Amino acid sequence: MSDNSPPGLDVPESAVAKPFWDGTREKKLVLQWCPECDRSVHYPREMCPRCMTTDLVWRELSGRGVVYAFTVQHFSAVADVPVPFVIALVDLDEGARLMSNIVGCAPTGVSVGMPVSVAWHPLADGRALPMFSK
Amino acid sequence: MPADPSDLRGKVAVVGVADIASPSGRLDKTMAELEAMMVKEALNDAGLTLQDVDGLFTARSESMGTLDLAERLGVHPTVTDTTMTGGSSFEVHVEHAAAALALGLCEVAVVVYASTPRSGGAYRPGQAYRDWNPSRPSPMLEWEQPYGISLPMGAYALAASRHMAEFGTTREDLAEIAVSTRQWAAMNPRARYRDPLTAEEVLASKPLCEPLHKLDCCVVTDGAGAIVLTRADRARQLKQPPAYVLGAGTHHTHSIISQMPDLTVTAGKVSGARAMAMAGIRPADVDVLETYDSFTITALLSIEDLGFCKKGEGGRFVRNGTLRPGGRLPTNTNGGGLSYTHPGMYGIFLLVEAARQIRGTSGQNQVEGVDIAVAHGSGGFLSAMSTVVLGSEATT
Repeated sequence: MSDNSPPGLDVPESAVAKPFWDGTREKKLVLQWCPECDRSVHYPREMCPRCMTTDLVWRELSGRGVVYAFTVQHFSAVADVPVPFVIALVDLDEGARLMSNIVGCAPTGVSVGMPVSVAWHPLADGRALPMFSK
Repeated sequence: MPADPSDLRGKVAVVGVADIASPSGRLDKTMAELEAMMVKEALNDAGLTLQDVDGLFTARSESMGTLDLAERLGVHPTVTDTTMTGGSSFEVHVEHAAAALALGLCEVAVVVYASTPRSGGAYRPGQAYRDWNPSRPSPMLEWEQPYGISLPMGAYALAASRHMAEFGTTREDLAEIAVSTRQWAAMNPRARYRDPLTAEEVLASKPLCEPLHKLDCCVVTDGAGAIVLTRADRARQLKQPPAYVLGAGTHHTHSIISQMPDLTVTAGKVSGARAMAMAGIRPADVDVLETYDSFTITALLSIEDLGFCKKGEGGRFVRNGTLRPGGRLPTNTNGGGLSYTHPGMYGIFLLVEAARQIRGTSGQNQVEGVDIAVAHGSGGFLSAMSTVVLGSEATT
């Protein structure tokens, strides 16, 4: 999609994360949620790492957040990826932190604290990777 | 009666050390050969033999490492430990060995490491994470690798980015760590790089994972090392002045970087506080610091977390040559991972150099009057920190 985003590599899917990946097929950011702690659990787990409940649920999030930290990477392990590109940790408004790419702007336009929202990068198998843009 | 870790203070000592590296970065020996060399050299240094060894410690990426190692060496240990926390593994080993020796579970412990990323084939950091096993899925493969991040460097770049944004740390501050470390390497004939280095050269080096550039990164070399530990009473009868284990502490906060709670605060805050509390020292008492420097930011974060300055003030702290020869806190006195050697897991070299500084045998790199040396290892992606405080006879 974007001019400076790496294509989806071989993206695996763990059994516990299936609802997350199913959500991406409909361009929905669905994260695991602990109803006891009322907090997100990411990456998805078998048990809440705070209260040990195994009754975790799934919740669609807004897809909005801010850049917590980022790096401009000038090389790629995958051929045909335009460099440089931006890898960031994004703090979602609902509290989870995700690694992702910042797309749709030049690397020099990215800053820590910058508000971003989700932008979907389609994968060949119908899933999509959540990326973020201004 | 409640258990008190400070009971361990001074009960055990490092009595033998060995390390090997080459200016070419290559050793052209197998890992098994290097392990054997290092064990022999460290035992000779201590005045002990293979028959004395009943505690064996190593960290390998493959499983059951001490079984293979002990078989090759002909050792039948009663204490065996393959704890693998990446670069900090060997500091963890010292902590475990100290407890085991003090309790009498073993009498003589050997910690050994060898790796040949330079001559032994392509260096593929993180290769162990790349195999997808549905029964034990790798969070790194599922949640980080799809975004193309180069690890480990990208993880450290993220931490540097956050530190700069939050505290105003500059690339010049990070460059000073590469420059001061090179000044120490200049005096070490075995160091990979010894030519003088300026901050301008660091700033102008190739950008890799910004804000980190090439000269913010450690070297990739072959290397190996070993240390021998025994109880203090026996240590006093051996060949070398003992480097007493005054304190040790370990802590980890995450495995992959996207799970690190706060990218500006490492587990060193806890491991360092525990080690120094056990030793009964404050940061101001430390004569030399040997701290993990896989990247310049690794050292900066550790200097703050060990309490040498407040959080966020590391950049200011290292200015004015604080870490250089003649500086207030001589740091990475062998030339560090940035300029001396870094075979993948550098922690053993921190311990070897700290012990030599206590003995007063670091050659041109020797700092005057060292009584307390700290070796601080970092493993994973700023994940697992382990701190060892070594002291001279005067500290016991």
